Amino acid sequence: MKKYFSDLVTGAKSLVAGFIVTFKALLSPVVTVQYPREKLPVGKGYRGHPILILEDDTGRPKCIACGSCMRLCPSQCITVQGEKKEGDKRKYPTVFQVDFTRCSLCGTCSEVCPVAALEYSDVYGLAGFTREEFQYDLLADLPGLVETGFKPVSAD
Amino acid sequence: MDILSNIPPHLFRMIIAVAVVLGFVFANATVMGYLERKLAGRFQRRLGPMEVGWHGILQMPVDGIKLIAKQLIVPDNVAGILFYVAPLIAMSPVALPFLVIPFAPGLQVIDLDVGAIFVLTMISFNTVAVFLAGWSSNNNYAMIGAMRAVAQNIAYEIPILLSVLAIGLMTNTFSMKGIIEAQKSIWFIIVQPAAFIMMFICSIAETNRAPFDLPEAESELTAGFHTEYSGIAFSLFMIAEYTYMFVNCCLVATLFLGGWKGIPLPFGDYSSCIWFFAKVYFLMFVIVWCRWTFPRVRFDQLMNFAWKYLIPFSLVNLLITAILVKLL
Amino acid sequence: MTPQAVSKPIHYRYFINMGPQHPSTHGVLRLVVGLYGEYVLSLEPVIGYGHRMQELMAERRPWPAFLPNTARMDYACGLPHQHCYLLAIEKMLGIAVAQRGEYLRVITTEINRIVSHLLWLGANLLDLGAFTPILYCFDDRENFLDILEDVTGSRLTHCWYRAGGVLNDVPADFADRLRAVIKRMYGRFEIYKNLVTDNIIFQKRTKDIGIITPDLARRYGATGPVLRGSGIAYDIRKSMPYSIYPQLDFDIPVGEQGDCFDRYIVHIEEMRQSLRIIEQCIDRLPEGEVRTKLPKKMTLPPGDCTFSVEGARGEVTYYLVGDGSDVPYRLKVRAPCFSNLSLLPELCEDMLLADMIATMGSLDLVIPEVDR
Ligand code: SF4
Ligand code: SF4
Repeated sequence: MKKYFSDLVTGAKSLVAGFIVTFKALLSPVVTVQYPREKLPVGKGYRGHPILILEDDTGRPKCIACGSCMRLCPSQCITVQGEKKEGDKRKYPTVFQVDFTRCSLCGTCSEVCPVAALEYSDVYGLAGFTREEFQYDLLADLPGLVETGFKPVSAD
Repeated sequence: MDILSNIPPHLFRMIIAVAVVLGFVFANATVMGYLERKLAGRFQRRLGPMEVGWHGILQMPVDGIKLIAKQLIVPDNVAGILFYVAPLIAMSPVALPFLVIPFAPGLQVIDLDVGAIFVLTMISFNTVAVFLAGWSSNNNYAMIGAMRAVAQNIAYEIPILLSVLAIGLMTNTFSMKGIIEAQKSIWFIIVQPAAFIMMFICSIAETNRAPFDLPEAESELTAGFHTEYSGIAFSLFMIAEYTYMFVNCCLVATLFLGGWKGIPLPFGDYSSCIWFFAKVYFLMFVIVWCRWTFPRVRFDQLMNFAWKYLIPFSLVNLLITAILVKLL
Repeated sequence: MTPQAVSKPIHYRYFINMGPQHPSTHGVLRLVVGLYGEYVLSLEPVIGYGHRMQELMAERRPWPAFLPNTARMDYACGLPHQHCYLLAIEKMLGIAVAQRGEYLRVITTEINRIVSHLLWLGANLLDLGAFTPILYCFDDRENFLDILEDVTGSRLTHCWYRAGGVLNDVPADFADRLRAVIKRMYGRFEIYKNLVTDNIIFQKRTKDIGIITPDLARRYGATGPVLRGSGIAYDIRKSMPYSIYPQLDFDIPVGEQGDCFDRYIVHIEEMRQSLRIIEQCIDRLPEGEVRTKLPKKMTLPPGDCTFSVEGARGEVTYYLVGDGSDVPYRLKVRAPCFSNLSLLPELCEDMLLADMIATMGSLDLVIPEVDR
């Protein structure tokens, strides 16, 4: 009989404690943001899709088309071809394709690149209707991505 | 003019009242739907609907249009006509209690001698609707939900009735107006706190709201009794739920919180309905608050609570009231 | 209140198919539940909807290429899997791990454990019908995830550990940010206590429900909080110490009788312990390289190797066989959820449907890990 009533009292107390917690929450400021209108800054180390880095002076890609990233990519989603044109000191890529549908954002490609020519963008929330939209031609996208305010962060 | 004078004014009043009431039912569902989503957001420290209109104020009308426009998907093997009738049964009796609820002095369609009992009777129609919906859906989840609804509502109607009875003993009437008049000097929440708390808990259970929302416990029964309903049929259940909530709160406000009574307002008699609505919506706020705070109880615990706590307590309460009324 | 066992007229039994899209089966688990009224007579988990042949993938490519997959085994707590895989590789190849790298690994693993436990806490309460705590949990979780994102580059499917250490060093403000978040998290336990732990409805829903006896847990090979909830203090971090755990000071919380409430308490306590571990690690974080220099191509020597770590849900074991090439000959993963799930049918007999859901929620199942 004693338990019968003490249950009632402790129970009621605990319910009131719960009420207080949610009421405090009601009065405190919200923690969410209205996503498409407000955006939180992306973390500095965030890895979006791979992009190519330009040489400062010439404005051409740093990539020397060595093919390491292509070979070591776990998802085998990079295709690189390059050639040494007349008058160039080294090879430049002529094709640099990333199949983003398969990329696992693992970080290997920029890690293995001998000249640090690959980085990751901070673009997120990518969506599309066809797979073809995610076949990125990095050489074509290059200027556009740089203009979106991407700032490279050193991988090491 | 001839025709109008032939219509009994009584009937005329009723027709107007029904039109107003039906309008109010939808308006209430809209407002409550919006408030509930907004409050739920704030309780969880988010904003709730924000996109449609200023602070999402048009969200519910837009949702309503969407639900009406949606195809009504009827699965094979449902129990034919009953499947269609169930949402209507949920919806229609809901208008009737409004006839006897006194919103303000003189703002009452008809004052029945048994007003409070009449409201309770109409509320219990909900059980029939829920059971029909669950049973006719031919779906195991819906069936379990329906069974739970029946058992739960039967158990919880008893303490409600016993609490109302305690009030009846003190006032000698079940007329809603009479009960409010009897609270001239003091609200019954002070005289009968136990009955108030029990009645309020039971109203939550009676309207199948969390933490007693077992008939539609979505983590167990996906959507419970309305699993198979879509479009407007589903929204009829939702509107009915909000209206039952409103009616229940009206009853509690009338019986215990003095109905329209409050500090007199300077805009005539009818304006005291502001007090009434304030009380009712405060009670609704508490119900919403409950829902977004507590976990769901289990079915047998719910029944235990009704039979081991609420019913004995309300019986004792009734007994004490009877003795005191006799002695004083 | 334990429901009494009902007499079982088997022919009255009816079936409901819970899942693969049921709200409380968390992912793609399907349960074929035989019911009598609301009592569960039989229960049969059907798994495999999320099978991705992870182990076979490992046997087709050089071993570093499997690293991204490890985090996708258990989407809620991927880093222990990655840790385990690398520890196995390192043991096999005899690689020394950079000290700073190892500390960072432990810090991030523990953050990941907290993140995972918070997810569990919210989801379990959602199963019990409480809608609000999950949002508070996600609020806390976001803080930790922000840090993880800054460090590992992603929020969920981290791929940051590398053989010999970690990919890159942490940002300069890492320690301070982490301390601030930890401080906030300690304060948040009070909210969970008031809102959940002490709540009478929660206690009634979880106490004496779904009791896993030590015997039952042992028979099915349950590990992690499920086993510790039953009172057996088995935690790989203590019983088969690896990495830097022997130098750290932390306790293994255990439950008393193994009901859902005990498992809840164990989860909450483990979060506190993880916070303690992280604090100690940041205090002692050594300077230096985060990664040892390794030769370009390393082949796995013939032979095999097993390594176990404590994941958020129990013992994660990687069994690796090498054959002299850099492609593993065989990789076998022991995922804790599979064992924890397999005790569900025996546990849930004669239970009420609602209790079955509560019990299943308390087991902290992540189905992709079961299916792999
Ligand atoms: S991030 Fe990984 S998966 Fe993606 S392209 Fe680079 S190496 Fe390939
Ligand atoms: S590894 Fe670097 S340099 Fe070589 S192909 Fe890839 S991006 Fe170009």
